[in-house]
Amino acid sequence: MRRVADPKSIADKAPRVERRVALVVVGAGVTGVAAATEAARAGVEVVLLDENPIEHDLMAMDVPYLFGGRMSPSLKNRALALQRVAERDAGLAQADETGVDVQLGVSVWGAFRNGPTVRELDGPMLGLSDGERSWLLGYDRLVVAAGARDLALGFAGWEQAGVVGAQGAWSLLSRYRALASRRMVVLGAGTLGLRTAALALEQGVEVAGIVEVAPEVPGDPAAWRALERQGVRAYPAHTVKAARGATGEVESAVLVRLDGGGRPVAGSETELACDTVCLAIGLVPNVELPGLLGCRLAFRSALGGFVPETDPWMETSVPGVFVAGDGAGLHEEMLAEPAIARDQGRLAGIAAAASLGAVPRSRAEARCADLAARRGAGPREAHGDWRRWLLSLIEAGGWDVTACRCEEVTRRELVEVQPPRYLGPRFPAMRARGLATLLADGPVDPDQVKRLTRAGMGPCQGRRCREQVALLLAHAAGIPVERIPLATYRPPVRPLPLAVLWPHDEPEEMREHWVAWFGIPTQFAAQWKSGPAEPATAPSPLAVDK
Amino acid sequence: MSAVPRARGAAVVIVGGGVTGLSAGWWLARAGADVLVLERGIVGWEASGRNGGGATHVYSPLGLEEQRLWPQMDELLGYPTEYQPNRIRVALSEAQLALYRRSAEIAAERGFRTEPLDPRQLRELVPIVGDGAIGGLFMHFGGHANPQRTVQAYAWALQDHGGRILQDTTVTGFRVAGGRVTAVETSRGVYGADVVVIAAGPQTGLLAAMVGAAIPLAPARVEMIVTEPLPLMFRGGVDGNGLYGRQVLRGNLVYGGGPHEWIDVTGMAAPEQPATPLLRNLARRLAELFPGAAHLRVIRSWAGIVENTPDGMPVLDRLADPANVVVATMSSVGFGLSPAAGKAISEMVLHGRCLFADLTPLGLARLAGTPPDWRERLGWVAAPERSSAGSLAGVGREPGGR
Repeated sequence: MRRVADPKSIADKAPRVERRVALVVVGAGVTGVAAATEAARAGVEVVLLDENPIEHDLMAMDVPYLFGGRMSPSLKNRALALQRVAERDAGLAQADETGVDVQLGVSVWGAFRNGPTVRELDGPMLGLSDGERSWLLGYDRLVVAAGARDLALGFAGWEQAGVVGAQGAWSLLSRYRALASRRMVVLGAGTLGLRTAALALEQGVEVAGIVEVAPEVPGDPAAWRALERQGVRAYPAHTVKAARGATGEVESAVLVRLDGGGRPVAGSETELACDTVCLAIGLVPNVELPGLLGCRLAFRSALGGFVPETDPWMETSVPGVFVAGDGAGLHEEMLAEPAIARDQGRLAGIAAAASLGAVPRSRAEARCADLAARRGAGPREAHGDWRRWLLSLIEAGGWDVTACRCEEVTRRELVEVQPPRYLGPRFPAMRARGLATLLADGPVDPDQVKRLTRAGMGPCQGRRCREQVALLLAHAAGIPVERIPLATYRPPVRPLPLAVLWPHDEPEEMREHWVAWFGIPTQFAAQWKSGPAEPATAPSPLAVDK
Repeated sequence: MSAVPRARGAAVVIVGGGVTGLSAGWWLARAGADVLVLERGIVGWEASGRNGGGATHVYSPLGLEEQRLWPQMDELLGYPTEYQPNRIRVALSEAQLALYRRSAEIAAERGFRTEPLDPRQLRELVPIVGDGAIGGLFMHFGGHANPQRTVQAYAWALQDHGGRILQDTTVTGFRVAGGRVTAVETSRGVYGADVVVIAAGPQTGLLAAMVGAAIPLAPARVEMIVTEPLPLMFRGGVDGNGLYGRQVLRGNLVYGGGPHEWIDVTGMAAPEQPATPLLRNLARRLAELFPGAAHLRVIRSWAGIVENTPDGMPVLDRLADPANVVVATMSSVGFGLSPAAGKAISEMVLHGRCLFADLTPLGLARLAGTPPDWRERLGWVAAPERSSAGSLAGVGREPGGR
């Protein structure tokens, strides 16, 4: 029988792309530029997207990094911000000269493809926005070089302006030259912390101290000596107890010394005056887009957590989707040596070009042999350090510190799986419920805890609490953090206004046949009156043919 | 409760830990029955926990009981459902207004009161409504609740009454002897049963077929969007312009509507639930409905898989053979009706029929003549599978490449 389409269904009117290109590269950092340039040199049509300059309003929401409200007002001037982004990287100009279509200030908020439960899309596509409008861009091959974001761990007072992340600080200091800070305390004395402190000093920001839970500075000794020579003081075997401030702005950080068992030593508090506290404890690979596309992700602590599984050519489990650079997993060596990420980008670019038939296989293989993709795991697992930090923060600050800032959920409310405070205390049975009773029913799932506590449901889209939630749940459940599944990513992965998402390309038939629910005439009719086999009033397509 | 499976059956085994099965289990446990709920994933994980939360279905045979029960649910369950009474509907076109008036007429027949609202009154009650609104209705009934909180409330209340839930347990078959199901076979053992309830959403048809019953069901994917919070306006539900949904108590706007996609659900694994670019079209309709909120940011979207019968009406019935099986599909409108549907199922189990309403219209008999190709006839079929990317002659596909 021929297929008759249900006019109320999506059949034949699925959203369309504005344009379809052979290769889209997301992220114009070192990695993305390398991938795009490599593929363009092979003759592939390439669009290279980067969300910088990021809208000031998004930065104020800590999207995509923990900017901590420390953007200087000059960033509200978008033209100036664009100029700074474009000037900064010589690679962008080079990509442009190679014929890459470079688009700055364009964020990718969605990635869609057909699968078992979606079949009507006209091929794989990305949802894009320039802050004014949104549109869809189709691709044949995709390289995601989306980098990493900040690991956020909370302490008393971290809701105040002035608590930034290493990526947020790096972006403001180096990409935008617009960090509104004079005096910073850095948390974490590993490679990331030392690098952040050095960059701050270089840009004229005073470093009031570097705090480290480990008994000694774990970062590169030479890098540490260089900082020491500039008068920077380290506080090993310390943690942060609180950030203080009278007006919602950080004015000081209170540190406390830890004993051999990791417990705060009474009376050992030190208060450092500062306007900024920088979380430089760890970075988390950005796997939002691979997550949306259903790429298989695996927990690899030495690469920063959940990362896409890839073959040696950086192709994920979803054919045609490649990842490279920090977003494919990062470790300390990569912080010091950008060539690792760059080579991964080149590899992904040449592999994408070869899969499109633009490069003979033999030449691709020869080129790839030159690029030893150093994706090997880092020297150490990240989550042990993260956990030590979190435990020290719990010891120093207790359980009534906010874990999810958007929804104001404390560590205690999270692990006790308590409903939001606006529901009040009128349900005594709730007090008997908690993580332990959930665990009795089955493995702990952060999405279930999210639904019950609202932790992770806010406008920052979980960027400030995902890892904390996983670490806290693992700690409270007494299980390793890798047993906590990755909370799902849902589009849009950038929070965009209704008026921006508004599709100006909506087809007329979408409007004409729009229904709130399926449009089945008997679904909301007076069902209580219908008999057991009441004949339909209109001729039914289900009437048996004679 | 224990995470370790005990292959111990129950007087009533319920297949499906969605909102309907959990409510039925809770009513049964409350009445003192020995109940076991089998759920392939986490309770309320699928469409039961991802929907508009509407509780305004007075057209249903279950509608009166739905309206009577919702205001009591927090107290009956002992856990919060976030139920809020009343609903406002906003029309942006004459066609929408006519549709809403028709539903008000149906409600009036059932004794529920509706007041017309002019655009000025609408904007007073809901300031973010714009000039495009031509009129609306205030419904002195109905309302909404939080699906995620409610499904968990059912599950916990069921346990508080001594019922058991086994998550991560997939039903693979039924043992039938002497015209009765004697046991349910699962991925974690065999559970004996005196009565079996099949309330497994889109899987209900496949499971019923295992005991020889034909329930025509077509699954479909539907989507919703969520904005950042806005200060609370009207605490009941406000929707319209072809959207259903609500402002949740936290303040977020949560709305859905628009074209669905008919799909196939095969096998017993939970399906992927990806959203599509349709979220943009939803954003547009929401901004049209509430121009004063067009600046709000969309922070999330969901997709859910629901099932429909050919007439869009639920099936709540006892099978003739095997005689100890109750089947329940709510035909994509299950959440709001769940207090009443669960109670009806519990009465069908305990008393052989629903005591509080005549459920004849929801019987399976009406679908007996459904032709086998009914989905094709209605156009309710899944599109043929397409490859998501062109065939890869990629270097990565070479043998030995790994």
